Amino acid sequence: MKKSYQNLEDNSNHTMKQAIFRNFSSRFFLLVFITLFSFSSQGILAQEGEAAASGGDPVAGKSLFNAQCAACHKLDKKMTGPALRNVEVRLAEEEGLDREWLNSWIRNSAAMISAGDAYAVKIYAEYNNTAMTAFPQLSDADIDNILAYTAQPKPEPVAAVAAAAGTAGGDGAGGISNKLILGALALLFALLAAGLYLVNKTLRRFADEKGIEIQESEKRVPLWKAFVQNEFLVLVTSIFLLLASGYFAYGWMMQVGVDQGYQPIQPIHYSHKIHAGDNQIDCKYCHSSARVSKHSGIPSLNICMNCHKSIGEVAPETATAEYSKEFYDGEIQKLYQAVGWNEAEQKYTGETSAVKWIRIHNLPDFAYFNHSQHVTVAGVECQTCHGPIEEMEIVYQHAPLTMGWCINCHRETNVDLKDNAYYTKIHEELSKQYGVDQLTAAQMGGLECGKCHY
Amino acid sequence: MSSNKRYWKSVEELKENSSIVEGLKQNEFVEEIPTGEFLGDNNTMESSKTTRRDFLKYVGFSTAAATLAACEGPVKKSIPYVVQPDSIVPGVANFYATTIANGFDFASVLVKTREGRPIKIGSNKMAKSSGHANARVNASVLDLYDSLRVQGPSKDGSDIDWMTFYSETSELLGQVQASGKDIVLMTQTYASPSTTKLISELKGKYSNVRHVIYDAISESAALDAFQNKYGERGLANYDFSKATTIVSVGADFLANWQGGGFDSGYSQGRIPKDGKMSRHIQFESNMTLTGANADKRIPLTPSQQKMALAKLASYVMGGSVPGSLPQEIDAAVQNAASELKKAGSNGVLVTGIDDVNAQAIVIDINESLGSKAFDASAIIKTRQGNNAEVTNLISDMKSGTVGALIMSGVNPMYSLPNAAEFAEGLEKTTSISFTLKADETANKVNYIAAAPHYLESWGDVELKKGHFGLVQPTIRPLFDTQQFQDALLKWTENTLSFTDFIKETWEADILNEGSFNQALHDGVFVGDTAVVAESTSQVETNDAAGQIATDAGNAARALASSVTSSNGMELCLYSKVGMGDGQQANNPWLQEFPDPITKVTWDNYITVSKTDAEALGLINENVANGALNGSYANLTVGDTTLENVPVIIQPGQAKGSIGMALGYGRTEGVKEELQTGSNAFAFYQDFNKVQDVSLSAATGVHEFACTQLHNTLMGRGDIIRETTLEVFNTKDVHYWNAIPEVSKDHQEIPVTSPDANLWDSFDRSIGHHFNLSIDLNACTGCGACVIACHSENNVPVVGKEEIRKSRDMHWLRIDRYYSSEESFSGDNEKKDAASGLFGDDGVKTTLIEMEDPSENPQVAFQPIMCQHCNHAPCETVCPVAATSHGRQGQNHMAYNRCVGTRYCANNCPYKVRRFNWFLYAENDEFDYYMNDDLGRMVLNPDVVVRSRGVMEKCSMCIQMTQKTILDAKRDGREIKDGEFQTACSAACSNGAMVFGDINDKKSEVAHLHEDNRMYHLLESVGTKPNVMYHVKVRNTKEI
Repeated sequence: MKKSYQNLEDNSNHTMKQAIFRNFSSRFFLLVFITLFSFSSQGILAQEGEAAASGGDPVAGKSLFNAQCAACHKLDKKMTGPALRNVEVRLAEEEGLDREWLNSWIRNSAAMISAGDAYAVKIYAEYNNTAMTAFPQLSDADIDNILAYTAQPKPEPVAAVAAAAGTAGGDGAGGISNKLILGALALLFALLAAGLYLVNKTLRRFADEKGIEIQESEKRVPLWKAFVQNEFLVLVTSIFLLLASGYFAYGWMMQVGVDQGYQPIQPIHYSHKIHAGDNQIDCKYCHSSARVSKHSGIPSLNICMNCHKSIGEVAPETATAEYSKEFYDGEIQKLYQAVGWNEAEQKYTGETSAVKWIRIHNLPDFAYFNHSQHVTVAGVECQTCHGPIEEMEIVYQHAPLTMGWCINCHRETNVDLKDNAYYTKIHEELSKQYGVDQLTAAQMGGLECGKCHY
Repeated sequence: MSSNKRYWKSVEELKENSSIVEGLKQNEFVEEIPTGEFLGDNNTMESSKTTRRDFLKYVGFSTAAATLAACEGPVKKSIPYVVQPDSIVPGVANFYATTIANGFDFASVLVKTREGRPIKIGSNKMAKSSGHANARVNASVLDLYDSLRVQGPSKDGSDIDWMTFYSETSELLGQVQASGKDIVLMTQTYASPSTTKLISELKGKYSNVRHVIYDAISESAALDAFQNKYGERGLANYDFSKATTIVSVGADFLANWQGGGFDSGYSQGRIPKDGKMSRHIQFESNMTLTGANADKRIPLTPSQQKMALAKLASYVMGGSVPGSLPQEIDAAVQNAASELKKAGSNGVLVTGIDDVNAQAIVIDINESLGSKAFDASAIIKTRQGNNAEVTNLISDMKSGTVGALIMSGVNPMYSLPNAAEFAEGLEKTTSISFTLKADETANKVNYIAAAPHYLESWGDVELKKGHFGLVQPTIRPLFDTQQFQDALLKWTENTLSFTDFIKETWEADILNEGSFNQALHDGVFVGDTAVVAESTSQVETNDAAGQIATDAGNAARALASSVTSSNGMELCLYSKVGMGDGQQANNPWLQEFPDPITKVTWDNYITVSKTDAEALGLINENVANGALNGSYANLTVGDTTLENVPVIIQPGQAKGSIGMALGYGRTEGVKEELQTGSNAFAFYQDFNKVQDVSLSAATGVHEFACTQLHNTLMGRGDIIRETTLEVFNTKDVHYWNAIPEVSKDHQEIPVTSPDANLWDSFDRSIGHHFNLSIDLNACTGCGACVIACHSENNVPVVGKEEIRKSRDMHWLRIDRYYSSEESFSGDNEKKDAASGLFGDDGVKTTLIEMEDPSENPQVAFQPIMCQHCNHAPCETVCPVAATSHGRQGQNHMAYNRCVGTRYCANNCPYKVRRFNWFLYAENDEFDYYMNDDLGRMVLNPDVVVRSRGVMEKCSMCIQMTQKTILDAKRDGREIKDGEFQTACSAACSNGAMVFGDINDKKSEVAHLHEDNRMYHLLESVGTKPNVMYHVKVRNTKEI
């Protein structure tokens, strides 16, 4: 599995690699599917049995849990508060506490702590004296539902794999039928060619037998000799070739130093697709300095930890055919390693190490670019220059970042003059001069050398 | 005066009909070049395996291969913070108010930091006083990134840690106390209330602590005089903006006199307002910045100055003094006295004579005049050194009664004339030095305590009585350093940090219910609470000063009788605007900073008058490549001799006097190339700047690196226009500020007329149109703008050799001109009077004569940077359109487009374009600040570092105007006047440089553009510059 990623990363062409590796991975998943199937079927049966037993509605419970509890609790992992899988059973078996205790804890834990309930005080101390928010609004039925949800057994990661395998299998079938048709066609053509050859041979034999002489065509000057002898044609062709090679040479040279499509392997596989695409996180949440600074800024790791303090692993649905859940979880662990986060104890160790990202968009020193000018003042979408970031699993340079590209945009883009007191007077005077209502960046002086080169 | 000098290369040339000389005239090379041997022999050519064609193939192939190999882009890493501090946004500058207090310079400053690195020092506009950052303060940011700083504590040359340092030194202090010897703290002037408090706590803990304050360049005489009069140790404050008549006897108050910082007040009074401006009379020996700005300057030897001051006192206050002055000098003194008397409370007198009596006279005269400019209440606290105590300390050290000597911020082994005695004393004591550098003193002490730079430190300063400044760190300490005050806290077993200690002190004694955080934000606090001063004067201070007279009459008589008639020369030591007391000697910006008067860089020299130079056979000459060469001289004061000191012939130098700057000749803790000049502190005996000296010419020729080689204007009054106040007030503007005219169809039309123009003008009425205004009346030539420009625009330092080749890179230079007659108007008249080409009054003779400045010339300063011509000659000749014009008035320079033809520089009438002859960054040949990682931290990340082979020049700080515009756009507001600044206009606290948008009709610069005095440089050329000057007006009329 690991091998397939390595190959992916080496490949520079994004579309190519999908086609090449699809077959391999689909077969691989098929194998996994078969080997795991027997285990998973048992799990699914067991799950259904227990959920039925606990009275509440686990589906309603799940939505309640996500709305009310998930900020501090996870089912299987300690967070701000303890893990809640099978909490009712656990409390009953280990501590001898009943539903009544649990209900009153949920509705007002602080009262229980101050009342001196032994387990309440213990758990309060264990979690750094962080008091749990009181939920007096939860009815008994709500709590039933939540507990029913927590009582669901831990799902095995099989489901996702099975689903992946299923779709992959479907794709595979399509590929085989295509090949069959192509193979049949090839066979058909081969048969046709053989048939024609045989017919030709037979006809010649007939002609021989009947004494008909097939007239050999007259030997002509070979085409290339005729071409060489025609000086005019040679001249025109060589001019054409020279022009063509000049054209391509120019094109080739102009791309020197242009790194469009540059897609380096980053030290942490950070997927913009998951963050900006699937989860709709605003670009400027992480790249906040783009609003005020020349740099968009690579977010410092404490920004990551705003969310990843509670997201220690990805949801099973996040995994794709190319990247498994284990892979993504491993990448989150790399973040924890760098920022010095001890997940088990939920605290920072203080041992940090810098993440050395590889810079993708490299403007030369002599070009001054300011993000805030474009993002805040002009209101340009990030995607205008950076491309469909929300679809990029691995970020690549979308735009050529050449001066011609900059200038072109300045020529075509109208300046957003609305509600900006800075522009009021200038706009009035300039539009009078140019006789237009809208002004491009170029008309505002955006093509002058010194605006970007100093 | 024409010169018949004949230059010769060898003695042979002096012989007539020498065959060798004749031969050389015919043939350039002494021997035939063996081309025939090489190319003529067919055998060799044919046997060679490499044919010419092959050779060309190899060259072509290797060039192509190298080019292709270079196409691969490097991988760049980008490393974010792990935890980003709240206050830092990458790419956005933060500003912190702090205070520099290095013992010589004291000023409230505003520090610009980027990503946590201080990159620029500016004036703190919130400070009501001492908010003026001069050239040295502007350059001080580079000292922070000095690669030669000491990086941690050490003992006898081996590194130790601070734990060891504290345990050993605490033990030492205990032992010294037990032994009954003295613990002496020898420090710079701190003027810090908290430090004073800490020292008194140390005195409480150890009974035998003595605090000696040592200023390398002492103002002890003035302090003593003030103390005698008012009972408090300090210096009187002067606000020259309130004076209409200023008389100075030897006080260089526009430079470093009594701590400096008087120039902004002075400049305010120099701008003619309602037909009035101040009148300034200067008596002095050396040509100083102050004398250069004076309306009337009388060169006097130091002893004549003393006599003149005594006479002046008698003329103003009555009484008589013994002694006499030459008649014309006496007349000048009488005249000054009568002007002072007429001005009454609007007059002010200052002196720089290191004599208690002289200083006492000044206080008395100002008191009797009731001078408004003289302020004995808000006294200056930034000089507290006491000569007598330092002298006592040395003798105590030699006698072995000092057990421990703790030094901080001082370098006595360098700055004491009797350093040898001090060294002798050091051997008999255990010594500790808190220092930035392994300097002359630090290398001789037992413990080196690495101290932080002021930009890494906490502290507080009482700049003037009641005016406080706070020092706060702007960067985390770069090295393992501890402040002197940290150590004081440790030694007194105080567990507070110095930060908390300051806070506590301020809240208890200074703030008076004010907010500490607000004071920290502002960097300054004006309070009315008197802080208890440390009583340091245990020694009778008057011994050294000789006879002290109580009232002015007696003081004047005492002063006059102290004048001894000396037959020899008098040496007059001074400190330079660029180098101060020498603690910043390892700062390449300051080394390359041209002295405002001589325009010499990278050097120390003596200045002599032309008459004396001729008598002694000393010469200055310009050699073939235009560079300046000069003679050497040997100087002897008492039994100290300095050999081979270069000589500059200085117009305006008083005959019989010699000037020499302190602060040069550092040898330790300074890079080899920056160890320039010789140490004049050797002559600073008894803390007296005036010494009798004997002088003799020495052999050899010294090569100067001087940035201005032509010293006179040759009567071209168009370059620096000037007039007198009388003419300014009475005559029409066309008389004294005429627009040049050209002839069109035999009609004279002004050059500003559209008919006189080759080019069509762009429409600049919309948007911003930037103009920079320079008032020649307000400009004192101090050069703060030059360093500010360096630091804002990453201007490289090129070194002495390159400066000598006229390859200096200063984007902003200050031209200094001398008149060749008594005055510049005299020059103009003389030039106009010339008739014919030859003969005694012919043009040729006249012009040759005018190349030499007068004995006591008028001086004018003119800051020149790119004039940002609307019709720029440089733009039309650039073959690749690398320089072009912006609608906002700036002349743009696209470095990446430049191919280095230098046509633009040749076509520039102002000569402001600079060519990068070399790569100055990361080049071992130019081992200044851009060659090490530490030094490069000072670079402004918004301005590109130019590479070899491109032209560069002033951009009118386009990065700053663009930033202002962007901020306004982001906030959605209009830009107020004053927001637009350039580095130079922001650094100029004299009001000489004003920058702004002339399309904003309400702006100050728009008003200045309409001012009568406004003119453009070389207006007749028709370049239509966006930099304007204001006619210099001199108040020459004697009242």
